[in-house]
Amino acid sequence: MANEVVDHGRRRFLTATTAVVGGLGIVSAAVPFIKSWEPSARAKAAGAPVTQSLAKIEAGQMLAVSWRSLPVFVINRTPAQLATLPEVDSRLVDPKSDGASATQQPKYAQNETRSIKPEWLVIVGICTHLGCVPNFVPEIKPEPFDPNWKGGFYCPCHHSRYDLAGRVFSGVPAPKNLEVPPYHFIDDKTIQIGVDPKEAG
Amino acid sequence: MANVFTNIGDWVTERAPNMMPAYRKHMTEYYAPKNFNLWYYFGSLALLVLVNQIVTGIFLTMNYNPSAAGAFDSVQYIMRDVEWGWLIRYMHSTGASLFFVVVFLHMFRGMMYGSYKKPRELVWLLGMLIFLVLMAEAFMGYVLPWGNMSFWGAKVIVSLFGTIPVIGGQLVEWIMGDFLPADATLNRFFALHVIALPIVLLLLVVLHIAALHEVGSNNPDGVEIKKGPKGNRWDALKPADGIPFHPYYTVKDLVGVGFFLLIAAFIIFFAPTFGGWFLEHDNSIMANNLVTPAEIKPVWYFTPFYAIVRMIPSFAGTAVWGVLAMFGAIAVLFLLPWFDRGKVKSIRHRGTGYKVALGLFVLSFFGLGAVGAGITAEVIPEWFGDVDLTTYENAFGRLMTLIYFGFFAFLWAYTHFGWEKTKPVPERVTTHD
Repeated sequence: MANEVVDHGRRRFLTATTAVVGGLGIVSAAVPFIKSWEPSARAKAAGAPVTQSLAKIEAGQMLAVSWRSLPVFVINRTPAQLATLPEVDSRLVDPKSDGASATQQPKYAQNETRSIKPEWLVIVGICTHLGCVPNFVPEIKPEPFDPNWKGGFYCPCHHSRYDLAGRVFSGVPAPKNLEVPPYHFIDDKTIQIGVDPKEAG
Repeated sequence: MANVFTNIGDWVTERAPNMMPAYRKHMTEYYAPKNFNLWYYFGSLALLVLVNQIVTGIFLTMNYNPSAAGAFDSVQYIMRDVEWGWLIRYMHSTGASLFFVVVFLHMFRGMMYGSYKKPRELVWLLGMLIFLVLMAEAFMGYVLPWGNMSFWGAKVIVSLFGTIPVIGGQLVEWIMGDFLPADATLNRFFALHVIALPIVLLLLVVLHIAALHEVGSNNPDGVEIKKGPKGNRWDALKPADGIPFHPYYTVKDLVGVGFFLLIAAFIIFFAPTFGGWFLEHDNSIMANNLVTPAEIKPVWYFTPFYAIVRMIPSFAGTAVWGVLAMFGAIAVLFLLPWFDRGKVKSIRHRGTGYKVALGLFVLSFFGLGAVGAGITAEVIPEWFGDVDLTTYENAFGRLMTLIYFGFFAFLWAYTHFGWEKTKPVPERVTTHD
């Protein structure tokens, strides 16, 4: 039975094919385990649109609404606050939201105020750096973190700053403007977050 | 009676002839240099803390409830209702911080005496892997109480992966198993914290020690005792400057253990939160996905790395640079044996440039820690009055970041171009008889 001559080529071929087939088997077997880490069906299902009345939000006030477990800020900006927006343009990364932040808002909010109606800002309160909730610091007065503060958002985690349209300042860690979610006005005093105007008809 | 033990011993040896030799190889016949000093306590202390974390951890899991709805309450339950639960949890939480204290000191010892250099590069690499796993382990453990800092810590750390171009967003969802830290996240972190990572950690510790015992320990003089004269009281063929690890260093380490336990017990009984450094106040509030704590900062041992993320601004529409720099800060440590081309190991015989650079490196580590822990945000207004805090803090933090990385660049140039003027290295350890 003893084989006097060892066929090394054959042995190498068998080793290689066994390794490849075995490796494929391991990779295939790993797929279900890796996929099991993706958001479950239950997690995906919890994302319905949210309707919010604006009646009680006075000028200058903010309301945080939970949409898909994300905090959505609804802000009633005063004329004075709106007037600050062009003033800070030169200090922003992407003042017109057409560069790095081109996809941070729906087309209907890609304008000077980043909103459908100038006074109503609807924005996802999640810092574009690492996902903290920025503080709303609306007063137009010098702040410890910025002597020329014109009002806006200040992130406590890594000190990123945004103006009152959620546009990011340059020289901070956050790369993009705050995200504007899809939303539309059902009537003058009610919005629905999560649905575009055209989808709503 | 003694006969019974001998018989059992013989019985085992007959069936597993290599068991006693393995014990002797690593304990009674492992010859370590005789000149170990205080800096050599921290390896064995790290092992002690690891045992503490495993034992207290096992008992914590018996009462902990790994769900978003129940985790926070179950930790309060352990603290208030479980008999001695508070002690077990404080031993675990204090142990986590002290783990990093001893590991940082252990690593600094390695840097100071050149223990990462040939032939011990593998020991250093395995040690760095342990450090990496330890950081993951500590982070996930920090999430488990599901306080508000746990939640936002998880959010920020996981979001670090979101800065990776193209796949980032999906990767974050994959890690969290949801669109934000949730039940799924907590459950998988629990599984990783109590099963997966401890197994990896133990394996790495075994390999770290095995790799060390192959090449033998370095020492404060940085001389190779294996290359020195042979023959000591126990073995004519073993290094003259070596002494058996057991009982000589086990007894020495016991002194360290006693001292360490005294400090640990003091913290556990009198200052378990350590003024908000070991356990943060904001974590006594339950996780809230709509409110980020006003003063968010990581636990102290992550502050230097966290500060680096904060100091690097976004560029070209992405925040990935800060994250790269942070991981880079750990990567350069991995590569330390190759940055340092110098042949002289111990700081005792190295050039002044090295001593100054190492001092500055330590300073930058503390400086970054001060930025990350929010100390600079407090003292800058106090010292300089009404100034732009961000500008001052960034200037300081960026300087510290520069020094941190500069250490490695300098070390390479200093040793590669032969600028270092070293002192002669003695033939044997300086305390030989």
